Amino acid sequence: MKLLKELKYVESHEWVKVEGSKAYIGITDYAQDHLGEVVYAELPEVGATVEKGDQFVVLESVKAASDVYAPLSGTIVEVNEELADSPEKINESPYDAWFAVIEMSNPDETQSLLTSEDYEKICE
Amino acid sequence: MKTTPLYEKHLELKGKIIDFGGWNLPVEYSGIILEHEAVRSKAGLFDVSHMGEITVKGEDAEKYLQMIVTNDISVLADNQIAYTTMCYEDGGVVDDLLVYKYSSTDYLLVVNASNTEKDYEWLNNNALGNIKIKNVSLDYAQLALQGPEAQAILQKLVNENLDEIEFYHFKSDVNVGGISALLSRTGYTGEDGFELYFASSEGPKMWDMLLEAGKENGIVPVGLGARDTLRFEAALPLYGHEIDKDVTPLEAGLGFCVKLSKNNFIGRNTLSEQKASGLKRKLVGFEMLGRGIPRNRYEVHSDGKKIGYVTTGSYSPTLKKNIGLALVDAEYAKEKTPIEIVIRNKNVKAEVIKKPFYTKKYKK
Repeated sequence: MKLLKELKYVESHEWVKVEGSKAYIGITDYAQDHLGEVVYAELPEVGATVEKGDQFVVLESVKAASDVYAPLSGTIVEVNEELADSPEKINESPYDAWFAVIEMSNPDETQSLLTSEDYEKICE
Repeated sequence: MKTTPLYEKHLELKGKIIDFGGWNLPVEYSGIILEHEAVRSKAGLFDVSHMGEITVKGEDAEKYLQMIVTNDISVLADNQIAYTTMCYEDGGVVDDLLVYKYSSTDYLLVVNASNTEKDYEWLNNNALGNIKIKNVSLDYAQLALQGPEAQAILQKLVNENLDEIEFYHFKSDVNVGGISALLSRTGYTGEDGFELYFASSEGPKMWDMLLEAGKENGIVPVGLGARDTLRFEAALPLYGHEIDKDVTPLEAGLGFCVKLSKNNFIGRNTLSEQKASGLKRKLVGFEMLGRGIPRNRYEVHSDGKKIGYVTTGSYSPTLKKNIGLALVDAEYAKEKTPIEIVIRNKNVKAEVIKKPFYTKKYKK
């Protein structure tokens, strides 16, 4: 399982990259491996607001649809349009294949995110 | 949880194990799409030992089975196989199964794993005449070897000429690398191939032999995930999806195995009436025009109302499109009819298309 030290993580297998007031969200290598080949990613709309814990992305593998939860509250300011035509990037390169950028409405929520070490223990 | 004789092999090969109707079985090894493509282009090996096997023997075996199943098995030659449904009085399907005929007094039924006990009870409750019904599921391991290279691979392990086993025929007591097996030219992928039945204790040895023999042919082990996408592209029905106790074989497009002309059988009256008065629902194929993947039991809409439901839907690895099968009101069954699939509360455009989605490559 590949993990990047500089990222933050959520128990529900999302990764978070914080840049100022913005946060990039994707799923971990562990999660993509468990999902199997992703064939469709349903992304949120730019401008939508999400609360921490909301289901905001749906990933469809050949077998099933899986929900992805927003790790932080805020407004969606950008989505990764590339994934619409190339959902396989989520399997090939999960830490590059971000789904959306959230402009955080409550940056304190980042305190509850996990370090790569903490997350690794959960996956064991 | 039940395991097949191949369980340790699945773990060794790093199969992703899931609970499949109470059985620990691999959903995939190398990836569903990869495995799917290997079966279409080369060969795949499936552990289907969870399937149920029931023997029916005795002087009234033929008469009894004619009454139990919808297809006409009196026309079978010895060593021939029939695909059939077995119905309730109201025409709903108890199960779909294969009937292997050794002789008119000796048959082997191969049934769906999750239905084995229900079927066994149904068979016993409707028993007639001089017959013996026995559930022998645990005695057998079953492997399916499927794909254009299947015959070449199996031929390496047997002396007899496999060309002599025709489509939907079988040969018993064949020596496969030292293991006695029944070989049938059957399968559920839309490809040419064989199913092998043999003593469950020989499971791991047979599995290893076939994988080794097929190495240079590009064989891969295949899990339940690709088994489902393969049978789905070929529009082969799956119990609990296209057929179940609330769907008749006629509605599911399985009229070819409902022989209303033969003598009485369970469900005949209802099925005759249904045929005479015209089908109200039909199973259709469809293609998504909008984005999204249809799944089992999603609603199908048209003209702002519900007209049916999805029975199976998936990304098709061969066609590289999102397609599905749906049971819809008959008036919407024509090709090119615009329909909508409700995906997470959104109506997404789709269109009725011809099925099967993939032309079967059986060796006739």
